[in-house]
Amino acid sequence: MFKSPAKLFQLVITLLACAFLLIPTLQSALAGVTVNYFRGVSSGLTFKWIIEVWALYSGSIFLSIWLALACLMCTLIIGVPAAYALARNPGRLSRMLEEFISLPLAIPGLALALALLQLYGGWREFRMSWTFILVGHVLYTLPFMVRSVMSVLAAIDLKTLEEGAASLGAPPHRRFLDIVVPNALPGILAGALTVVTLSIGEFNLTWMLHTPFLKTLPVGLADSYASMRLEIASAYTLIFFVMIVPLLLAMQWATARAQRIMS
Amino acid sequence: MTLSLTNTAKTYADGTRALKPTKLDIAQGEIVSLLGPSGCGKSTLLRIIAGLETPDEGAKLLFDGEDFTRFPVEKRKVGMVFQSYALFPNMSVRGNIGYGLKMQKLPKTEINRRVDEVITLCQLEPYAARPINALSGGQRQRVALARAFAPRPRLLLLDEPLSALDAALRGQLCDELAQLLRSFGITAIFVTHDQDEAMAIADRVAVMSHGEIAQIGTPEVLYRAPQSEFVARFIGAAMPLGRHIDDNTLHFETGSLNLAGSQAGKKAFIRAEDVRLDDTGPLRAKVISVTFLGTHYRIALAGLAPDPVFALHSALSAPKVGDTVGVAINPAAILMLPSDKKAA
Amino acid sequence: MTSRTFVQLCLLPLAVFTLTFLALPLARLILASGEGEFGWGIYLKILQTPRYYTTLLQTVLISIAVTITALGISTTAGLFLVRNRFAGRGVLLSILTLPLAFPGVVVGFMIILLGGRQGLVNQILPGHWVFAYSAFGLFLGYLYFSIPRVLLTVMAAAEKIDPALEEAALTLGAPPHRVVLDVILPALAPAMIAAGAIAFATAMGAFGTAFTLATNIDVLPMVIYTEFTLSANIAMAAALSVVLGVITWALLLIARSFSGTTVAAGG
Repeated sequence: MFKSPAKLFQLVITLLACAFLLIPTLQSALAGVTVNYFRGVSSGLTFKWIIEVWALYSGSIFLSIWLALACLMCTLIIGVPAAYALARNPGRLSRMLEEFISLPLAIPGLALALALLQLYGGWREFRMSWTFILVGHVLYTLPFMVRSVMSVLAAIDLKTLEEGAASLGAPPHRRFLDIVVPNALPGILAGALTVVTLSIGEFNLTWMLHTPFLKTLPVGLADSYASMRLEIASAYTLIFFVMIVPLLLAMQWATARAQRIMS
Repeated sequence: MTLSLTNTAKTYADGTRALKPTKLDIAQGEIVSLLGPSGCGKSTLLRIIAGLETPDEGAKLLFDGEDFTRFPVEKRKVGMVFQSYALFPNMSVRGNIGYGLKMQKLPKTEINRRVDEVITLCQLEPYAARPINALSGGQRQRVALARAFAPRPRLLLLDEPLSALDAALRGQLCDELAQLLRSFGITAIFVTHDQDEAMAIADRVAVMSHGEIAQIGTPEVLYRAPQSEFVARFIGAAMPLGRHIDDNTLHFETGSLNLAGSQAGKKAFIRAEDVRLDDTGPLRAKVISVTFLGTHYRIALAGLAPDPVFALHSALSAPKVGDTVGVAINPAAILMLPSDKKAA
Repeated sequence: MTSRTFVQLCLLPLAVFTLTFLALPLARLILASGEGEFGWGIYLKILQTPRYYTTLLQTVLISIAVTITALGISTTAGLFLVRNRFAGRGVLLSILTLPLAFPGVVVGFMIILLGGRQGLVNQILPGHWVFAYSAFGLFLGYLYFSIPRVLLTVMAAAEKIDPALEEAALTLGAPPHRVVLDVILPALAPAMIAAGAIAFATAMGAFGTAFTLATNIDVLPMVIYTEFTLSANIAMAAALSVVLGVITWALLLIARSFSGTTVAAGG
């Protein structure tokens, strides 16, 4: 089937791109379990580095998981009702508000972090607390939750469904809980997986917001790249891959599912 | 009067007048249809009664003497069947039908009993546990009706409940719907743009045009004694007849008919079934087209009015295009109406 | 409670959070940029100081190079994956979208593994092949995270092209390469503009990758970082952030007007 030269050329480009993206990840995975990377796999395989990473950085891994879950809670509480309100009142004002909360997608994390530091850096208890990092993560992930839920709500005839519930005697909050939330679930799921995936991998904001006592997984990674031997850095990266790749796949599955339901 | 609306109007924010001040009274157990072309304000009126639209200042809606103008929709105890049915996709058939009862905070056993009752009444037993998207259009329509009826509303509102179905199914379900509504014995208002549906289902029909009720009455009265050109044209497709009226004579290109009394300033209309092909008839017309429709022919005739006039012709054969035929019209069947500029 | 009040209540948490942690801090950042020794003239100063404007130029040049390369690779691969169904297609697609979840630092590390002192290329090829810490290394790093973003946008658009268009062109006698030129690329153009804007904005603002690799090269995010942490030149860091933020925001606004997709400018 790849007989024509044009198709062959496309295939080669595709494979080269795959190789460029995949080879270093495999290298990293391998280096993380190799006794001595410079001497190669022939030096033997070991879990030594992984154990060492665990001893050094398990705190940062747990902090990242904790932050991701807290971030998820916040985006659910803030994002789902907001998405409903925005979907319910489509108009210029809603459009502008949506555009504004999406700014953290467009403005580099570094600039946002500087802005937060400028305003709240002097408030010591807040600056030193994990909630300071949490604010950054919520800021960055919230637009994903809002848009994911909004796109599902836009695909169903929300207004009529709500009118149906209202004509049956349901007050506004019951309509939200009984009709809006259950029908938005595919979007909420896709949004939730996106939020967790992005929060666990967030570096740009976190690097500026973290303190020496509060290092997240990616901050720990940067730390290990700068100061640890290659095998430890690789082993740590391997742990990160093991966490993030299933999340990414689940997120892609959930997003595709939500889009299928919408069409 | 169980439901009584006075001075009910709706003007949208952009100034569009969707409904002119309207008065409507409906008796207990009566089924009333709001009939009209799209944009005539019939859905707006229904949605105001439901509480889904707020009427302009000054409106008054009474139910058994109780003013509910300011009640939100969820407090009005109305059942509504939506055009798209608005069935909740996250619930089963049972879940949908029981939702209104759940909102009334009835005990579980009572809810189950009443849901079963309605399911039996609407013959939905085989589908009770199914999800909504596993139902056909006709089944969905019945679930929507059952759901609206289950909480025993004071008033049942139906917004074009048959328009989402395909034509073949519509006729059958129309009769079924009429029967079910009678068996419910409930006061109901039914919006439609289809005169056959309105006549089949309703006790009284309110014909609406340009944001107001043009005429309200039983189907027979509307058909036999329309009060305006619009109603005559909309119900039973009456056609203008003749060239001009001169006191008590209706003039044609060839010949004339005598009318009862002086009809100056009025316009004459006729329906296709009252135009008879008859070689001994007093009028002459030219055949423009002939369409065979199974039980009869529909024949377009020139010469009876500026526009073609149709005749229904039940016979084994029909004249050919271009033939000149004799036409007889019973003067009693001619509708004499004040001319109406708005109707097109 | 009326329906209207409830909907307004639903917006309340978002309004409070956004005002407190987005609107006010951004306002503070803009004010801070004018509080230095040059006042608001600091924005003029950026254009007058060689260190800043060469950095800006260099960042733009690298970003343009990355954008063009990523568009070339991802459009080719994306069209190939949309128009061919074969065993292993899903795996290739997964590999090509994997880096979406990688933080910039990890991407930097990937480039070190390829082109660092202990890197693959240096081990395989004779001679000294260390490029990870050069502008080329940075280019590769940016390319690494740009390929998946561009790919997804282009593929989404390519899937929507009606196959009948292509068939119509073929029945009219167009040879395959003319079909690509006359039918497919014009249909993809909005998506490619959008994807290009996303790739460019992402590269402009990429901090993590630069943080790992750019020890010797000045790119805008690194200069902001050093102005802030080492020189404590807060006004300049804020001004450069504002400039960078305005550029990336404007670009993504263009991207959205062309395609409406949501892709984070992380990395």
